[in-house]
Amino acid sequence: MLVLLLGIIILHVAVLVLLFVSTIVSSWLVSNGYSADLWQNCSEGVSSTWNCLSASNNEWLQSVQAMMILSIIFSVLSLFLFFCQLFTLTKGGRFYLTGIFQLLAGLCVVAGASIFTVRHTEWSRDNASFGYAYILAWVAFPLAVISGIIYVILRKRE
Amino acid sequence: MESLTSSRTPCCLLGLVVLSALTFSPTLAIEVYTDREVHGTVGSKVHLSCTFWSSEWISDDISVTWHYQPDNSRNTYSIFHYSKGQAHIDDTGIFKERIEWVGYPRSKDGSIIVHNLDFSDNGTFTCDVKNPPDVVGKSSYVHLLVYDKGPVRAGMVLGIIIGAALGLVILVAILAYLIRYCWLRRQIRVQRELSALERGKLHKLSKSLKSGRQAPLLSMLDQTRSFKSSDKKKGSGDSRRK
Repeated sequence: MLVLLLGIIILHVAVLVLLFVSTIVSSWLVSNGYSADLWQNCSEGVSSTWNCLSASNNEWLQSVQAMMILSIIFSVLSLFLFFCQLFTLTKGGRFYLTGIFQLLAGLCVVAGASIFTVRHTEWSRDNASFGYAYILAWVAFPLAVISGIIYVILRKRE
Repeated sequence: MESLTSSRTPCCLLGLVVLSALTFSPTLAIEVYTDREVHGTVGSKVHLSCTFWSSEWISDDISVTWHYQPDNSRNTYSIFHYSKGQAHIDDTGIFKERIEWVGYPRSKDGSIIVHNLDFSDNGTFTCDVKNPPDVVGKSSYVHLLVYDKGPVRAGMVLGIIIGAALGLVILVAILAYLIRYCWLRRQIRVQRELSALERGKLHKLSKSLKSGRQAPLLSMLDQTRSFKSSDKKKGSGDSRRK
């Protein structure tokens, strides 16, 4: 039981870390002397100076940002609710509330990543490939869904 | 003869050192930084920032020059010049009385503000800084785009989406809580009515029926009722727990 509990918490924290890293790190799109994330778009000029373009006037990019932030909020809320329910839930109850928020987080991250996948050509230069932050966002999606489903299936023992 | 040659060699050495310093100095040239692109709306003002880095001390002879090249034109206009602590602002050309000097060269800032933008201001602004003796280096340019309507402000859509989503979640939570609350109250009321009804009926029955033969049957009826109600209570408790 304790192992299961620990595993669930570790999975949840892993999802959170993935979400944070993919939201913050500037490598959604990379190529030689160029990197872009959800917040800015930088290219290396001569004499190793970086010219950055901020993402202020891109509506779709702002929705991707919003989706990533929402997924972080939902996931944090879910972790918080999990600890609340762990102590308040009666025996045999299910963690529905926790699970719903974690599933919502998964839904948000897949929405953001999908929007980015479809529209990334407007944001990047040609021949820029997807970076690891983008991949982490996609990895976070199934993990969040799995942990959400585990919460829904799980019954409280003890 | 001997003394003359000995005095000449240090002189030559010094010259060599100076020459090498001169030839190597371009590696430590002045560097100017600006944004790549700025956006403005018609009638508003825009801040054209320009910062620089120089290997030398900031001298009193430092000069900052802004050039302007309109789109679809090959002409370049000098619109602003700062030197010897004095800002010379264009007071005849296209930017007549529309440029404000906000820079402070001592802290490596040569920014200007352009007021009252118009569509004709679309173009490239170049910032050029000379800090004698550090005069070799590139200048930096910024492209100004003037819009009819302001581009969506940073974080506008972001804020709206996040606010809407969180608001929706809170709304759903409140609604769920309210529905549960109403449901519970209704159930309690129904139960109370039911029990009151039963009590009244039983009271009437017990009054009307006085024969001792029917009394056990009545008590049995009462028991079954009470069982049912307790079952109901259990069921509702389970659903609440879920």
